[in-house]
Amino acid sequence: MTWNDKRIETWVGVMLRTGVMLAAAVVLAGGVLYLVQNRGPRPDYEHFHGEPAHLMSLSGIEHGVATGDARSIIMLGLLLLIATPVARVVMCVVGFLFERDKLYVAVSSLVLVILLYSLFFHR
Amino acid sequence: MNELWFAVILFFSSMGAGLLGALSGLGGGVVIVPLLTIAFHVDIHYAIGASLVSVIATSSGAAAAYVREGFSNIRVGMFLEIATTLGALVGAWLTTKVPTQAIGVVFGLVLLYSAYASLKQKHAEMTEKPDPLAMRLRLKGDVPAEDGLHHYVAQRVPVGFGLMWMAGALSGLLGIGSGAVKVIAMDQAMRLPFKVSTTTSNFMIGVTAAASAGLYWRSGYMAPSLVMPVMLGVLAGSLIGSRLLVKAEVRTLKMVFALVIVALGIEMIVHSATGMGG
Repeated sequence: MTWNDKRIETWVGVMLRTGVMLAAAVVLAGGVLYLVQNRGPRPDYEHFHGEPAHLMSLSGIEHGVATGDARSIIMLGLLLLIATPVARVVMCVVGFLFERDKLYVAVSSLVLVILLYSLFFHR
Repeated sequence: MNELWFAVILFFSSMGAGLLGALSGLGGGVVIVPLLTIAFHVDIHYAIGASLVSVIATSSGAAAAYVREGFSNIRVGMFLEIATTLGALVGAWLTTKVPTQAIGVVFGLVLLYSAYASLKQKHAEMTEKPDPLAMRLRLKGDVPAEDGLHHYVAQRVPVGFGLMWMAGALSGLLGIGSGAVKVIAMDQAMRLPFKVSTTTSNFMIGVTAAASAGLYWRSGYMAPSLVMPVMLGVLAGSLIGSRLLVKAEVRTLKMVFALVIVALGIEMIVHSATGMGG
C-alpha cells in the first residue's frame, strides 16, 4: 500500500464517521419528535403495506421536513446515512485522480454509476 | 404495547445485537431480521429494511477504526465492489418478487452457514503462483507482520469476483452485510491475508448495502418509526463493542453467538417452511 492510498483511506474514514454521526443525530431528533407526537399503540408492522408515497420521494421528504413532519425528518437522516458510502466512492474517484491511476479512476467511477443507478432508477 | 415502550425495547434489543455482533466479529445485522420477525412479529420486508440501514451504519461507523489499523486494501475493495453492487441490484429486485416464505428459508440457511464459517476460520496458505490478472489489476499489498512487512498478491481473481457477486445478491435479498461470504471470497478464494480480508470486507459492506437501499426505500421497506430505534441501537451497541477489548473471551463469545445464530436459523426455516412466520 502506498502512502497515497493510506491518505485516501484516512480521509474516507473520517468522512464516513462524520456522516454516520450526522445521520444518527438527525434520526434521533426526528425520533424524539415522533415519540412526543405519537402516544398510541404500536403501528401495524405485521403486515406489509409499504410506506406513504410522500416518504418515498426526495421532494416529498423535503416538503415533510420543512413542515416539521417527524417521519420525514427520520427519513432525511436515513438518506444521509445511505449517502455516506456513496460519498466514500466519490472520494476514491477523486483520490485516484490525484494519484493519476487511470485504471482505478475507471473502476471506482463504474461503482459510482452502479450506485447512482440503483438509488434513482432501479425498479 | 404503546409506541414509546416498543421503541425503547427495540432500542435495547438492537443494542445487544450490535454489541454481540461487534465483539464476535459477525456483525449485528445478521440477527436483526430474526429478532424482528420472530420476537416482534414484524413483516420480513420491514425487517430487512431496518436491518440494511443498520448494516450501513455499523460499516461506516467502524471504518475510522479499521483505517487506523492499516490492513484494508482500497484497490481490492473497490474492484470487488463492482461485483457486490451488481449482485445487490439483482438481490434487491428479487425481494420484491420472491415469496416471503422463500426469503425466510434462504435467510435461515445463510444463518446456519455464517455460524459454521465463523467457527471454522481456517486460513489457507499462499501456495499458488500470483494470478496475472491480479498483477494487471494491482490487487496486492503489504501487511505488517512480526518480522517486518509481508507482501501478498491476490489469487484466483475470477472465483473471488464470482463469490463477491453472490455476497452482493444475498445482501440485497436479505438486508444483511454478507460479511461472512465476503471474507470467504477474499480469504479462501483469493488467499488474501485474514486481517486484510476482514477489514476490507467491512469497508465493502456499506457500499454493497447502499446499492440495495435505493430500491428498498422506493419499495416502502423502510418504515421510519421502526428503523429509528433499530438503527440507533445497533450503532450504539457496535460502537461500544468495538471499544471493549475482551480478547480472551472472544472464542467463548463466538461459540455462544454461533449457537444463538444456529437456533435462530432453524427457527426461521421451520416457521417459514410451515408458512406461519417469516
